[in-house]
Amino acid sequence: MVYEKRFDGRGFDEPRVMIARAGVIPRADGSGYFKIGNTEAYAAVYGPRSLYPQFMRDPTKGVLRCRYNMMPFAGAGERVRPGTSRRSKEISFVTENALLPALDLSAFPNAVVDVFIELPQTDAGTRAAGITAAAIALADAGLPMRGLVSAIAVGRVGDKIVVDLTKEEEDYDGEGGVADIPIAMLPDEGVVTLLQMDGFLKPEELEEALEKARKVLLQIEALQKEALKEKYARVDLSQLSIDELEG
Amino acid sequence: MVHDLRDTVKRYYEKDLRLDGRKGLTTYRDVSVQYGVSKNAEGSARVRIGETVVLAGVKMAVDTPYPDTPDKGNLMVNAELTPLSSPEFEAGPPSDWAIEIARVVDRALREGEALNLKELVIEPGEKVWTVIIDIVPVNDAGNLLDAASLAALAALSDARFPALKDGRIDYHEKTDTRLPLQAKPLLVTVYKTGDFLILDPDYEEEKAMEGRLSVGLLEDGTLCALQKGWAAAFTPEEVLKAVGLARTAADHLRQFITR
Repeated sequence: MVYEKRFDGRGFDEPRVMIARAGVIPRADGSGYFKIGNTEAYAAVYGPRSLYPQFMRDPTKGVLRCRYNMMPFAGAGERVRPGTSRRSKEISFVTENALLPALDLSAFPNAVVDVFIELPQTDAGTRAAGITAAAIALADAGLPMRGLVSAIAVGRVGDKIVVDLTKEEEDYDGEGGVADIPIAMLPDEGVVTLLQMDGFLKPEELEEALEKARKVLLQIEALQKEALKEKYARVDLSQLSIDELEG
Repeated sequence: MVHDLRDTVKRYYEKDLRLDGRKGLTTYRDVSVQYGVSKNAEGSARVRIGETVVLAGVKMAVDTPYPDTPDKGNLMVNAELTPLSSPEFEAGPPSDWAIEIARVVDRALREGEALNLKELVIEPGEKVWTVIIDIVPVNDAGNLLDAASLAALAALSDARFPALKDGRIDYHEKTDTRLPLQAKPLLVTVYKTGDFLILDPDYEEEKAMEGRLSVGLLEDGTLCALQKGWAAAFTPEEVLKAVGLARTAADHLRQFITR
């Protein structure tokens, strides 16, 4: 049996509709937002700031600390109990490792850069959306970066290599089953910073998946850059009115 | 620092002005409510009050009723003050502030009888619906309590029952049946510094506040919840004045509940 047509009618190489924004959380030092289909991620960066407890400090460079969290009402099925789970812990540290190759924290010894990722709505591909939003947030915070990090889930559904799986595709129970492969890259350089997989996959299928991922990640990176440019083109009118008042 | 800020805000208030350029001590920032913002929730809403953004989502479960209320469903309110939304919030177990927000919003909804809990019974004494409202700020730019209360009521009014098959929930299928919403209680918080009573401070102004009084109100002006917070005392006259201010503001906020 072959997977002829995607459940939502998309082409096999076609991601869902995407929206990227920068500066959506004014209280944060930097923030980003990424929506892909019905998967939506907010990311906020706080820092560089003092790291406590002190023994966690690195006197040679700043420490990156990520926290991935689904809002309790965001999952398909039952309410997600608040607080960390084994799943959210793992996603948090693979997110750190996905972002670190892009970041240069050598100017911030003993400090921490906190990245908080929150998902209000999910339909698969949540760690990828979180990483993409986090990269926007880090750039928005003005931290030195070698490039942006972009992420997407690709995979095999039945006999097809597809880009950006939905929950419905992840749950595909036809012949061949599913392999789910979240990938993050610095798309400019084409280097992989996150790679996970569950399911069965042939080496040549992995090659095809990596190629397809790179193409979409270049599109995502363009959206991330556009979001950052758009934020800095905005004029802050509220700031103007305060100055007028005090003057 | 705080004292400098208090002096500054008072100079503004004497001129009927606010730090962010608003005119009037009881003027709210722009309010908006978006419904159905989280597809997996049974109901959801995103509330903006100025730069404050709060999400609320409703999830439903099937449980046994509490032994003392076998003929009623359950309502639970929880607030997650995510470290994403403010440099002052930390990850970990709920802070006092998170617990207070959840409990005061819960009090207004419960005592205001927003939901007819008797209509949440599936089998008396055996099976009832539990309605869980989670409140999650995305950006805390002040006056979280009012935004949380508005978001919770908006999410409730957006919610529909999921399908029930052989006594179990099929979360993939929502019915057209809305929750038994029978009243629209809302909280309005009146903030105090010196002799001034103000509404809807942004986070800068909020730091200068010495006391607050949250008032839960029904459509006809009946009070359904009260909570005095922070250290400053209120005179009885101030309490009554605050209730009057809250009434007008609650009517304003209730216009945004459109479902």
